[in-house]
Parts: sequence; C-alpha cells; structure tokens
Amino acid sequence: MQDPLFASVDEVVERLAGAGYLASTAVATTVFLADRLGKPLLVEGPAGVGKTELARALATATGSELVRLQCYEGIDESRALYEWNHAKQLLRITAARDEGWQETRDHVFSEEFLLPRPLLTAIRNPDPTVLLIDETDKADVEMEGLLLEVLGDFQVTVPELGTITAARRPFVLLTSNATRELSEALKRRCLFLHLDFPTPELERDIVTMQVPGLDATLAESLVRVVGALRDMDLRKAPSIAESVDWARTLLALGADSLDEQIVESSLGVILKYQSDHRKAAAELRLDQLLDPASP
Amino acid sequence: MTTEVLPARLVDFVGALRERGVEVGPGETVDAAAAVGVLGLADRARLREALASTVLRRSGQRGVFDAVFDLYFPMAVGSAESAADRPSDVYELRDALVAALAEGDEARLRALAAAGVEAFGQYGDVGSGGEGANGTGSKRLSGWSAYQTLGEVRPEALLSRVLAAMRAARPGDGDAGLGAALAEREARSRLTAFREHVQAEARRRTAELRGRERIARHAVASQTDLVTFTSATKEQLAAMRRTIQPLSRKLATRLAARRRRARRGQIDLRRTLRRSLATGGVPMRPVLRERRPGRPELVVLCDMSGSVAGFAQFTLLLTQALADQFSKIRSFAFVGLTDEITDLVSAGRDEPEGLATRILSQARVTRWGMSSDYGESLGSFVERFADALGPRTSVLILGDGRTNYGDPNLGALRLIVERARHVYWLNPEGETFWGTGDSAALRYAKVVPMYECRNIRQLSRLVTELLPG
Repeated sequence: MQDPLFASVDEVVERLAGAGYLASTAVATTVFLADRLGKPLLVEGPAGVGKTELARALATATGSELVRLQCYEGIDESRALYEWNHAKQLLRITAARDEGWQETRDHVFSEEFLLPRPLLTAIRNPDPTVLLIDETDKADVEMEGLLLEVLGDFQVTVPELGTITAARRPFVLLTSNATRELSEALKRRCLFLHLDFPTPELERDIVTMQVPGLDATLAESLVRVVGALRDMDLRKAPSIAESVDWARTLLALGADSLDEQIVESSLGVILKYQSDHRKAAAELRLDQLLDPASP
Repeated sequence: MTTEVLPARLVDFVGALRERGVEVGPGETVDAAAAVGVLGLADRARLREALASTVLRRSGQRGVFDAVFDLYFPMAVGSAESAADRPSDVYELRDALVAALAEGDEARLRALAAAGVEAFGQYGDVGSGGEGANGTGSKRLSGWSAYQTLGEVRPEALLSRVLAAMRAARPGDGDAGLGAALAEREARSRLTAFREHVQAEARRRTAELRGRERIARHAVASQTDLVTFTSATKEQLAAMRRTIQPLSRKLATRLAARRRRARRGQIDLRRTLRRSLATGGVPMRPVLRERRPGRPELVVLCDMSGSVAGFAQFTLLLTQALADQFSKIRSFAFVGLTDEITDLVSAGRDEPEGLATRILSQARVTRWGMSSDYGESLGSFVERFADALGPRTSVLILGDGRTNYGDPNLGALRLIVERARHVYWLNPEGETFWGTGDSAALRYAKVVPMYECRNIRQLSRLVTELLPG
C-alpha cells in the first residue's frame, strides 16, 4: 500500500482551498476516503457544479499530473488504452527489407511503436497521477468492461509486451452527468459522490474567490437570486459556472447592487431558455419596476 | 455509541435501506465499515457523507438515506434541547421561530423543531418509561406526532411576521419587486425546512420509543421512482415532474443507442476503403452503411378522469419531452368523450403544473359528469380522429379500464389495432386488480397487450422496450 496523499479530512479541505477549490464536507470526506481506501471516486451531478474542476484542483493540490480521458459515443480500446502505430510499423518494415521475419516482428512490436492512450499513460506513470475519466456515461457499455478491468487491478495486458502493472496507483476520478445509468459492477467498485449545487455560504465564497473585485453585499444578493432561480423548476437551472459568469458580468457592468433593471437586463447570462427567462421574470416580479413615487 | 455495537448497528441500518428499495450489497456494507474505521465516529456530518459515498449508488436515493440515517445514528437521545434554551410556551416558541426563520439560522430551526415536538407533539402514555423498545400495551398507541406539533405551532401563520422581520433586517430590499419576491421565496423554503425538521424529530423520538425498524418501514417516504402514480401526493407529483427532463434525456440516449447498435446492413465500400488505409490497405474492419430508420408517429390516448389523471399527465409530459424521437406526436384525452389535446400539451411544456386542469377546462372531454365512459370515448376517437392512425403509428392507451359497468366497446379498440402498427395499453393499476369490480382491463388485454405501469421505474422501462427504435 502506497502512502496516502492526505493525513486528515481537514487537510483535504485546506489543500484543495490552496488550489482554488472550496470543498464541502461531502467532497472533502469522500476524497479522503477514496485516497485512504484506494478506490476510484465516481462523481455524479448536474452540469456545471465543478466535477471536472475537482480533478484539476486535486492534481494541483497534490502536485500530481492530471491525465484526462474524455469519453464519447463510440470510444474504444484504441482510444482509451493503447494502439499500435500502424503507419510507423509499415514504414519500418519497408525500410528494412532484408531483415528476417523474427527480427522484424520483435522490433515492430516494441515500445517504440506503441501509442499509449490515457489509461495506459496513467498506469505507467511512476509519479503521482490523477486520472480523470470524464463523462463516463457518454461511453458505450462495452467501454465499462474495459474500465472494470483496468480500475480493478490497475494493470493492463498488451499481448505482445506482457502485463504492465501500475508503478503507483493513480487517484481515479470518474464523472457522470447521469444521462445513462452506469453498470452496477462499475459503480460497486467506486465510491459514489453526488455533487449538487453548493450551500449559499459556500457559493458566495466561491464567487468571491473567482471574481476578486466583487463587492461582498453584491455577492450575497447574487447568490440569493441564483438560489431562488434554482428553486423554480426551470428547464436548465443555473450552475456555479454561470453564477461566476454572472458575477463577472455585473462587475463589468459596474453594478454595485442588484435591482430589477440590472437583473432583467443580465438574466440572459444565467438562463439559457426563453421560457425560463419569462418564468423567472414573472416569479421575481421584475416587471414591477419600482416607481420612486410609490410608498 | 461504543465500537462494539457498531457492526450490528450498521447491518440494521443497511437492512432498513434495503427495505426502502435502496439496493445495498454486503460488499458495500464492508466498504462502509472500512470507511468508518478510517474516519472514526467523532464527526457526525462526515460519518453521514462517508456512509452515503459507500452505500449509495444513484442520486435519487439521498432523501431516503438521510431520513434512515437520522433514525439509526441520531444526533441525541431523549429530548434534544437543554432546559435553559427551551421556550416556556407556544407564544415564546413562535417568537423564537420568527427570529430564526428571518435569519435563516438552520441550527436554531432544528433546535426549535425539537423543542416544539418535545412540548406539543406528545400523545399517549409516553412519559412513564422513555427507554421502552418494542412498545407493549399503551405504549404502542403513544408517541410523538409531527402533525400535532405543527397544528399547535402553526408555522404557516407566521409568514407575514417573518417577512416583516426580514424587511426590518434588510431595509434595502424594498416591499415590492425583486427584494420582496426573494424574501418571500426564502421565507417559504425555510418554513418547509422547519416542517421537515419537525417531522424528522418526531420520527426520531417515536423510534426511540417503539424500535427503529417499525418507524423506518412506515414513516420514511419511498424513492420518487417507486411512488405509485395513483396514490401520489401533491408534493410527490411535483417531485415526479422534476424528473421528466433528466428522464427524457436518459430515454432518448437509450433509444438512440439502440438504433445505432443495429449490426446489419450493406457494406459501405468507400468508408471501408478509407478505414483500411490505417491497416496498410487491408480492410480489417468493414464499415456498414448506416440504416436510417423512419421515425415513428406516436398517438397517446389517455383517460383524464380523477384517479388516473396524475399518471396520464406525467406520461403526456414525458412523451412531449421525447418529441424529437418521433416524427409526429398527437395526444388525445378522454373522460366521456375524446378530444385532441396536442396543442395544450405542447404549450404545457413551459408550465406543467396545471396541465390536467387546463385539459379538463379547455378540451371537450366529457358530455356530462366526470366518470369515465370507455365505450363512448373509444367510439368517438375512431369516429372523429381515425386519420391519426396509419401504418407507421404506435398508439399508447393510458387508463385503468374502469368502465363504470358501461359497454367496453371492444369493437372500436379492434379497429384501432387494425389501423395502427402497434397498440399498447399502460395500466396504472396493479395487475392483481385487473378485472375486479367495474374493470374491463382483462377484456381489453385480450385485444391489445396491456402492461402494468404503476411507477416511474416501470414506465421508463416500458417506454424503452415498447417504442420502436
């Protein structure tokens, strides 16, 4: 068993904060456990709550290298694990015509002609690594079988070269938007973390950290409005990334407090559907622009 | 809690989760124990997260988990508040509650909920022996009631006072427009939170009295996707509606994946040759020409009468959200007559709450009364909207088949079957009830395949299986 990355949950919080990521209790605890128990961490949640960001912060906080495997429909072994460089092999064969069969075969299937893909890269890396398998739910079911094999033993067998075992177990983080249910077998091997929108206090801290020039009271009212919007049963609820974008917009507009006009004019930054926009405007009573004469 | 009882407590906890439909295997239990071993028991919030991460496998289970966790790993035993902090009467409690609600002080709200249950929630003979486990005699009829507590404290009546207090605390908000709207939303959601705290507290206290298993079984609500359509409460229906968007995305991906997976067809010579360049001109992996299946047309015919309206409404919204999977969707509703509601449903996408009411008020679905007449409805559908049926149409009929002892009009149904490509009947009633009383379900089931569809889980499985890919 290799040395754990973190000594305590508090240390996780501290070092992630140092890397620019404010972790909730849930995040800090599961990261700590994933590290201690040596299990992959499966992070599920709506788009834009900072799933990928967590991996990035983890890599920075622990001084590891971040290896990322972006999943998509139809991704296969040759994209995820390794591939032989056919073109180069052919060149090698044509360049050395007078070589014997045995020699050529040994040479052509050697390290030089192997194209390592993210999974193999992460396993072979002797230094600390964070392996991010992004949007696992986009990949086909067959791909999960491959992941099971790799994440179970952290070893890969290349028939021509033999078995490659991880010199150092990478910290594995899988993300999923839950567009498809991942297989039970894969889930069973992982710790599960459902990442949801943060509490208002945490979100305020995130926004102030990401947008340094922002006024504290403005940040507070911004988080209140975003919280109200998320409560509204919209087609697309605003994510953390959108709160931050909105904060930047407000800063650029030079707003010092949120009123109906400012919200109405900049709502497009956080709401991406016309119907959501209409609904939010009605529920937040943006149409009742304050008349200075009224009591 | 000492470390000796922990394994047993953990196993009981896992058992209670399993009973609520959360599948937890022994492997997960071992993981949970390992996590507790690494983390210790010092911090309750961390313990909760640690157990959640090892035991849960999907997001929808968190609500059930939290409720069961509070039962098995309670924050305290006995009354939660120290006596000094306890309000002496209901007026004092309500004053304290107004202040806590206005500030949004979560810990204080929980404390007040506990105090409220302690003071007003008690019924039966609780006081005599607090430590009893499996209640005998009078104790079985005693406990702590959230309903009684809320009836006494009446938090809803405090709304205007809370709003006034919030206005005083934040003079900048104003009394109209954005600030007021925000304050009101926050106050309401805190009130809901308080009500939930009271319910959790009452459950916890009663659990101490009567043994956890019984309470876990009865008082913790099931997961949304296992809630029965016909008995769902208003809140559960709202929770169901929130699952429509994610669910439709999931179903669409599944349908698309199935279309893609068709492994037959002609070889696409051009693309095969191009791919063969990577393997030195040897076509090792042939490319098949993509088949472009025609997108089917869908007709949804649903019973909008009382008991099954919730189910029909949910399914209508779901098919609407899946609209891009079909070349055309037409929806029809009936109670005593059939009318087309396609436009109402597509308008309902932005505002799904009142769909059923709008359908009943704007479409002509009944001649008189509100009891369903299947015979007349099927007849009028065939008569007026036969043009909706064709060789590419799949028809979904939603209803319980309870004809109020009227003529089931099997002839009209046979006509629909003849005209359409597929007809399926989804019945929100349990299969054991088909054919009982005035239900003509079994007779209809002889003409068209009928499926039991009592909750979201069954519905989403049926949708992927039945809809042509």
